[in-house]
Amino acid sequence: MKCQHCDKPATFHITELTDGKPQELHLCEEHAREYLTESGQNPASVGSMAAMLAQQMAQQMTVGQTAEELARLDEQLCPFCGISFHEFRSQGRLGCPHDYTCFHRQLDPLILNIHGESEHVGKRPNRGADQSEARTRLIRLRREMKEAVTEEDYERAGKLRDEIRRIEGEQEG
Amino acid sequence: MGYAALELNDLARSPGAWLQGSGPQADIVISSRIRLARNLADFPFVGRTSERDRAQIEELLHRSVTRIEEGSSLLYVDVDDLTGVDRQFLVERHLISREHAEAHGSRAVAIDVREEFSLMINEEDHLRIQVMQSGLDLEGAWNRVDKIDNMIERDVTYAFHEKLGYLTACPTNVGTGMRVSVMLHLPALVLTRQIEKVFRSLQKISLAVRGLYGEGSQAMGDFYQISNQITLGRGEQELMKQVADIVPVIIDYERQARDYLVRESHQTLHDRVSRAYGILRTAQTISSEETMHLLSSVRMGVNLGLIDGLEIPKLNELFIHTQPAHLQKLSGMELDSADRNIERARYLRRHLNKFPDESERN
Repeated sequence: MKCQHCDKPATFHITELTDGKPQELHLCEEHAREYLTESGQNPASVGSMAAMLAQQMAQQMTVGQTAEELARLDEQLCPFCGISFHEFRSQGRLGCPHDYTCFHRQLDPLILNIHGESEHVGKRPNRGADQSEARTRLIRLRREMKEAVTEEDYERAGKLRDEIRRIEGEQEG
Repeated sequence: MGYAALELNDLARSPGAWLQGSGPQADIVISSRIRLARNLADFPFVGRTSERDRAQIEELLHRSVTRIEEGSSLLYVDVDDLTGVDRQFLVERHLISREHAEAHGSRAVAIDVREEFSLMINEEDHLRIQVMQSGLDLEGAWNRVDKIDNMIERDVTYAFHEKLGYLTACPTNVGTGMRVSVMLHLPALVLTRQIEKVFRSLQKISLAVRGLYGEGSQAMGDFYQISNQITLGRGEQELMKQVADIVPVIIDYERQARDYLVRESHQTLHDRVSRAYGILRTAQTISSEETMHLLSSVRMGVNLGLIDGLEIPKLNELFIHTQPAHLQKLSGMELDSADRNIERARYLRRHLNKFPDESERN
């Protein structure tokens, strides 16, 4: 979903009550900030909007975090795909299935905010597909291989490729 | 020209099954669609993949997709290999998303030749399965998409979380990964300025309203797509029911608005519709936007019995055939915007006049 004001992905999804009527807001980080600062500078408009938004942001980052702690959370990396939480927030896209587990503290409130629910109901795959150790390892190896290719370390890339093939072979067998 | 490109030319000549104009309430309901977002458990999401990963994902899913048995043949298209016009053509037909057309690297789409379903590989998620039906038939669409999903799952392992369900690149799709949408033609609600009211009430129950071509697209030709915004915490049946329950209410509003227009301003309405028809039959150059706008009036006019001798399926076809890429594929030429407007007017005159030559002389 795109931000209402620009082409960037919306990472803040807010239900705002104006005159008792709910209204959906979808903003990118930049516009969410801008909204917040703008309203903050104008005391007359520090109404429900800014308050709600501040609350959403705070909720999203778990309540009561200091700026330093927020920055630290932002820098947190997924050990498998290597994405940082900040990268997710600016792109609106996660890096791998494991992110849902490793960023769960930041993501859970966001997911609850978007869907109003936190647990899946409905269809399930026929085979058990929870992220097993082999799967997350594959994702990590694929990232390492991508990095090795970028760094033109082809010897290492070759070794990683063999390792990936070995695990894939085990899974199929 | 490759095999796929030739097949795409064949596709261009037909309007696509979902535009047949059949099915219940087909005067207002254009089509029903369901899409499922799925990811492979062993790979990063598309945005974090290397080109090699993407090629491998494409290969894996290609193999699986070709094994789908749904009683018709599949056209497998390497999107990266296509010309700009062909990509745009697929977007206009709702077979791929704009994002998929504009992305880079290994990506594909498998198209059922009857255009009842398509599968995008390496879009925002590794796999997006969509099924489309003419008219209002969500149950039928679900049964089919569920079946295709099961067939693919024989070959691959999906990323799934015990608590969160199917995992997707964007948390807005997590859970069922399902988007149910119904495309409606609502000219009378637009004309009576009631459409905003409808939107607001839909948002209250967390349903999204989008234009003809999805997110951020203008509501061209008074076409609107109603879809679920929430994907987690409600089962597929419940998500479908929410949309299926609201659609008849909107249809009823639209009918009331049409009745009101016929009753209160019959002359004005008749005049508006007739003028629209007149312009479409005689214009010498016409933009895509104006065409959509006028066709929308004419379509309503036909439904209200104000215009004779025109069928809805024919109009539906004109809506799609006059889009920029379709026009170029049908004429077999790459045309710039000015030339397209001339070609579009010619196409409309040819298809809307009994004796097209007569209008050529005018």
